[in-house]
Amino acid sequence: MNRIELTRNPFIKNTLKSRYPQLAVFIVMLVGYIFAILAGLIGTPVGSHNFSIVFVWIAWWAVLILVAVPFFGRGWCAVCPIPLPGEWLQRGAILAPPDKRPKWLNLRVPKMFRNIWMQNISFLLLALFSSVLLTTPNITGIVLAAMLFAAIGLSTIFERRAFCRYLCPVGGFIGLYSQTAPIELRIKDKQVCVTCEGKPCYNGSQAGYGCPWDVFPGGLTKNTYCGLCMECIRTCPHDNIAINMRPFSADFAKPSTRMDEAFKAFIMLGSSMIYAGVLLGPWGVFKDAAYNVGTSAWFMYAIIFLAIIFGILPGFFTLGLLKTKSALPLKGRFASLATALIPLGLMFWVAFSLSFVLTNASYILAALSNPLGLGWNLFGTANTAWQPMLTSILAPAQTLALVGGLIWSARTAQKAASETRTSSIPIIVYCFILTSIMLWLLL
Amino acid sequence: MKRSELLSRIIVTVAVIGAVGAPLYFWSRTPLIHARMAENGGWNPDVIQAEVGQPLRLKFTSDDVVHGFAVGQMDMQSVDVLPGKVADITLTFDKPGIYIFYCTRWCGLNHWRMRGTIEVTGASDSPEPASPPLYVSLNLDIDAPHDAPVIPSVQPSAISGQQLAINNSISLSRDDYLSKSPFEIFDNLKNISFTAAQRWDVVAYLWQSNTTPESLENGKQLYAQNCAACHGENGAGDGVFADDLNEAGEESMQSMSGAMDMVMQTPVDFTNPTRTLGASPALLQGKILRGGMGTGMPMWGVIFTEEQIWDLIAYIYSFQFEYSK
Repeated sequence: MNRIELTRNPFIKNTLKSRYPQLAVFIVMLVGYIFAILAGLIGTPVGSHNFSIVFVWIAWWAVLILVAVPFFGRGWCAVCPIPLPGEWLQRGAILAPPDKRPKWLNLRVPKMFRNIWMQNISFLLLALFSSVLLTTPNITGIVLAAMLFAAIGLSTIFERRAFCRYLCPVGGFIGLYSQTAPIELRIKDKQVCVTCEGKPCYNGSQAGYGCPWDVFPGGLTKNTYCGLCMECIRTCPHDNIAINMRPFSADFAKPSTRMDEAFKAFIMLGSSMIYAGVLLGPWGVFKDAAYNVGTSAWFMYAIIFLAIIFGILPGFFTLGLLKTKSALPLKGRFASLATALIPLGLMFWVAFSLSFVLTNASYILAALSNPLGLGWNLFGTANTAWQPMLTSILAPAQTLALVGGLIWSARTAQKAASETRTSSIPIIVYCFILTSIMLWLLL
Repeated sequence: MKRSELLSRIIVTVAVIGAVGAPLYFWSRTPLIHARMAENGGWNPDVIQAEVGQPLRLKFTSDDVVHGFAVGQMDMQSVDVLPGKVADITLTFDKPGIYIFYCTRWCGLNHWRMRGTIEVTGASDSPEPASPPLYVSLNLDIDAPHDAPVIPSVQPSAISGQQLAINNSISLSRDDYLSKSPFEIFDNLKNISFTAAQRWDVVAYLWQSNTTPESLENGKQLYAQNCAACHGENGAGDGVFADDLNEAGEESMQSMSGAMDMVMQTPVDFTNPTRTLGASPALLQGKILRGGMGTGMPMWGVIFTEEQIWDLIAYIYSFQFEYSK
């Protein structure tokens, strides 16, 4: 497959190699993040006018799911402020070369947690409380602060970015969907890595830190766990790391065999469908159940939510697989063919997000001028009236995303099926049925 | 430590302190009065200090639904307090005392409980003695039943009653109007050779003659803003909150601290002649001024001026009488 090495461009290469541009972005992000926490805690409790709700769940989410993930994969992780305080504390420095002796416990994350099951659980926890989280500023402030402190805490106990790698509720699905992105960090020549002494990209050197994501770049075959922190570009003594542009979903050439990743695909797919029904649908009873956390209706909602994700969706998927024949065991086929659900899930999220982002984007202007709800009008937009945007293109754009996602996932299913020497038809039918349901829910 | 590291640490530290400190600084420097539905706390703060003659600038924001702000017995435009927005007003008080501010929007079932006080202190002349309201002077028991034993079979017409009253030189002094119920005046007319319907028409005329179109119009506006939510636009006791009040019953009351023993009552139906024609203006004044003491009827004495209460009462009788336009 054709790839264009972006790091051949001296400007790009120097920008990535230098720590200062990234540090400048980090500082802006960290300030914004802390501001969002405070706005959530002390700003107006009216979600639609609170900076934390508007900038996290509308503006950031829009950028993340509509731009960053589809086009830059883990591009967000490259500038995410959450791990920074912990990482700086762990290293005892912001820029200086790492010490030989670790400053904190520096434990290795136990093997049983070295997967994305914890990320699956953390995402589901947020998902089950999302109606409250997405609308209540102080809950958003508390969750944002909790993530920051969890990242700090884990950095003092475990080595590298344990939070990003194993716990971050967002990082899990970004990693999954980053496989579809037309950008990657890869080595240029494998032989160079084989003969490289000390592997500074993983172990660190005077030039920089060992991979914070606990990844050996020489073994990278997919984007999932590379956080694009660019540290290996700085540490590689052989200039053997490249940022490439590549075709979309190039990582699917070799489908995953991991159940945690397979279930992540189901969690994301199911969540987008449930959200489309509950948050955007006309059924008040579902909205009430989702919002009234702790009531029996909410427990019923939670049970149905989990049943759809862990029972109904994988159940029908497995039934489809049972209709196919392959030398590969069912579990292997399940994990491998679930790859087809990744582009489908991503496009489901794009379609779902278009709805509420375009509907609520006008709140961004008002919150920008009056971020703390103190009556400011910094940019003269504080009194911008709520106005849904681009309503005429919403339905066509959503249809395009969903149909495009179906075609994309069908193509992915065909490739995964040929890898496992089985039929892709049941998976394509499965994707078709889910797309039809999503079309019905959204349109 | 290298200079670049030191500089980075300084920049990061300053940025973090700024990100934490700046919002807290501005937040602490901008005291807002938060409006929430009474069930969720009402006004916060609900006690405000002010000084006579000193402009008092207040900034409001609503944390839930649309509320409104006004100060009782003060000639002012109410201010809408919108969710997430900040509204402000500057007030100047020329007399010391305790003023009541209240919500002017029907924000919820316990809307009328959204009240707070402004304590105005400062130099002033000796306090003006307050005269007791009429219902106190008359020693009325405003909680005693006051049903009219006889009611008209058709709506009394002031237009029809006017000629009868003029021809028979019947008039009603202001004092009698205020202190007697329509039924009592109807009863006083029993020695005149009118039919019952004619007597009621005369009563209607006498009631109209004790008010003015301006007073009725003012009363109508006050009623629409403050009373119709419970008593209904047409006085039938069927306002938008009436059903909710019935449904909520004691439960809605018990959510408010200190109100455990309150018992809700259905809002009074002013179109019911037995009830309305048996009540004198003085009695209605007492009910409006003091409130229903736990029945759900708020105390309006701190909100309305005496003149406003009489205007309101004049309008309430218009649910019983047909007045000439």
